[in-house]
Amino acid sequence: MKKSKLFVMLAVLLSLGLFLAACGGSGDDKKEDEGKTGDAGKSEETDFSAAMVTDIGGVDDKSFNQSAWEGLQAFGKENGLEKGNGFDYAQSNDKSDYMPNLTRLIRDDYKLIFGIGFELKEDIAKVAEQYPDTQFAIVDDVVEQPNVASITFKEHQGSFLVGVAAAKKTTTNKVGFVGGIDSPLINKFESGFIAGVKSVNPDIEVKVQYAESFGAPDKGKIIASNMFNEGFDVIYHASGGTGNGVFNQAKDIKQNDPDRDIWVIGVDRDQHEEGQIGDHNITLTSMVKRVDVAVQDVSNKTMNGESHGGELLEYGLEDDAIAVATTNSDAMTQDIIDAVNEWKEKILNGDVEVPKTREETKAFLEAL
Amino acid sequence: MIDILQSIIPTALFFSAPLIFTALGGVFSERSGVVNIGLEGLMVMGAFVGIVFNLTFADVFGTWTPWIAIIVATIIGALFSIIHAVASVSFRADQVVSGVAINFLALGIGVFLTKQWYGKGQTDMVSQPFFTTDIPFLSEIPIIGPMFFKGIYLTSYLAIFVALIAWYVLYKTPFGLRLRAVGEHPMAADTNGINVYKMRYIAVILSGALGGLGGSVFALTIASNFSHSTIVGQGFMSLAAVIFGKWHPLGAMGAALFFGFAQSLSVVSSGIPLLQDVPQIFLLIAPYVLTILALAGLIGRADAPKANGLPYIKGSR
Repeated sequence: MKKSKLFVMLAVLLSLGLFLAACGGSGDDKKEDEGKTGDAGKSEETDFSAAMVTDIGGVDDKSFNQSAWEGLQAFGKENGLEKGNGFDYAQSNDKSDYMPNLTRLIRDDYKLIFGIGFELKEDIAKVAEQYPDTQFAIVDDVVEQPNVASITFKEHQGSFLVGVAAAKKTTTNKVGFVGGIDSPLINKFESGFIAGVKSVNPDIEVKVQYAESFGAPDKGKIIASNMFNEGFDVIYHASGGTGNGVFNQAKDIKQNDPDRDIWVIGVDRDQHEEGQIGDHNITLTSMVKRVDVAVQDVSNKTMNGESHGGELLEYGLEDDAIAVATTNSDAMTQDIIDAVNEWKEKILNGDVEVPKTREETKAFLEAL
Repeated sequence: MIDILQSIIPTALFFSAPLIFTALGGVFSERSGVVNIGLEGLMVMGAFVGIVFNLTFADVFGTWTPWIAIIVATIIGALFSIIHAVASVSFRADQVVSGVAINFLALGIGVFLTKQWYGKGQTDMVSQPFFTTDIPFLSEIPIIGPMFFKGIYLTSYLAIFVALIAWYVLYKTPFGLRLRAVGEHPMAADTNGINVYKMRYIAVILSGALGGLGGSVFALTIASNFSHSTIVGQGFMSLAAVIFGKWHPLGAMGAALFFGFAQSLSVVSSGIPLLQDVPQIFLLIAPYVLTILALAGLIGRADAPKANGLPYIKGSR
């Protein structure tokens, strides 16, 4: 008896949910239709429009999504467009939101649609096949389709430069690298870093360890604890959330022994805030990927009729899309900044070819 | 060798502490006959509350903030687990389904509120996490001192202490006897005048409290912020520790410590001559393989409480 009552309640609840969801949907549709007519009215100036779908971090994640959105906003400003009328974003709160968000933006007639982050790779590939007339772009991964531009970064260049900074900063001549998952992408970070460190001083020992996860702060903390115990004093992490554990461990050591010089190098964005502990900051610098620069550039190029579908776009130092953070001015002394700039020049000149794989690193080190 | 142990043991201890707390919660719940797959969700809740409380009140309580934060997380975890208790004890819902619902619900609430309150996908890092300390006098002891008493989180010792208390409560008090009786043969317990529903409610709420505690300790010693990926699998590892530890508080503690030891060893192994050539992956999967072996009955018999997973219906035979 009791059970059947429960079922009835559940059924009522579910149908209510369906009903409400349907209502919400139709409301949205109306709004979108209005938006579309608005677009049409303005189409004399430019009928180009660009939009992006965030991954689950959300548009204000202080990382890729936020940076990409800033890029789109800058693009809009440059061309006199307004949000919702020329450029827009769709927020994904769950992995299952990617597909609906993408199709919604396609229906809204956006000419160029960005997928931010490798998580959207499969969904972008799917919709690109279904809608061959729309241009797509994927950030941080590669989709091989004639209407998808793949935006990647020359992380090895940035990693090389933070490697130079690490080599200048270390006093024990031992620096560490903590990677997320041992993959070609993270190997780029590793290779660049090792090359950068050894270019300054070939005698510095570089220890490389992978956590085999981008979301295991506990593992990151164990690795960092072990490295710091063994006398490594600068650790570069390219491991996403796992890096939180590296920062945590470094801060714990600094808290107990403020005189000890230990440093962490952040990744993807300026991780200065993560390193704050009391009056100290253990973030030496960060290897920053300027997603905004890339997004703005691709939007502009596509608007001007250049199609980059099917191409692999690699943004690097020469596009100002890779940067080394200098927020921690106490730690990044002028001496270090000068050295970083000097090597940056060499990379830009082509004097130095930064390795991307372990084989290239081996050859690079032998040639030193 | 001593050097290696001195670097492995402290890391194993801080890794294990959250697992010990949560596994003890699992022991209480399962000993009373309620399967608790929801440990993961309870940890998420604990981590979320611990971090939010810490961020909000760091200025008010200063260095005491983390301690108060874990107490608050414990209370919220207990309250949150009432959902599981109501569903699985009073409404006799499938305990596994209810537990899975807890996992989804906790993560949903946590991430949703984070976005509402902080306007981004993850919180800032807390300014007042737990810090390691050297225990006076004891850390001076040669060899053992640096292993166990230098650079240690006090929460690790709290975890071991709580495990001892849990063992005492479960095996040396009338309350513990009743709780176990309810999990083995609820009808017999009922005939003897034990309120089965009440005991199961208490057990599930205790597991919520300990799960919340475990989650907050994880957040405040290791992760330092909250996002959708703060707690990924630790709750299930704790569940594995419950089973590997044969539903015994000290066994669960031992299993959790062993998991920490294996993790730590997998990192340190690259510097140990004998283990250098063993692929890291074997050490990483060791805890799980051993749990499966334990379940398969290879490492002694792993007997679950007899009435585990079965809702009790008064008057049925």
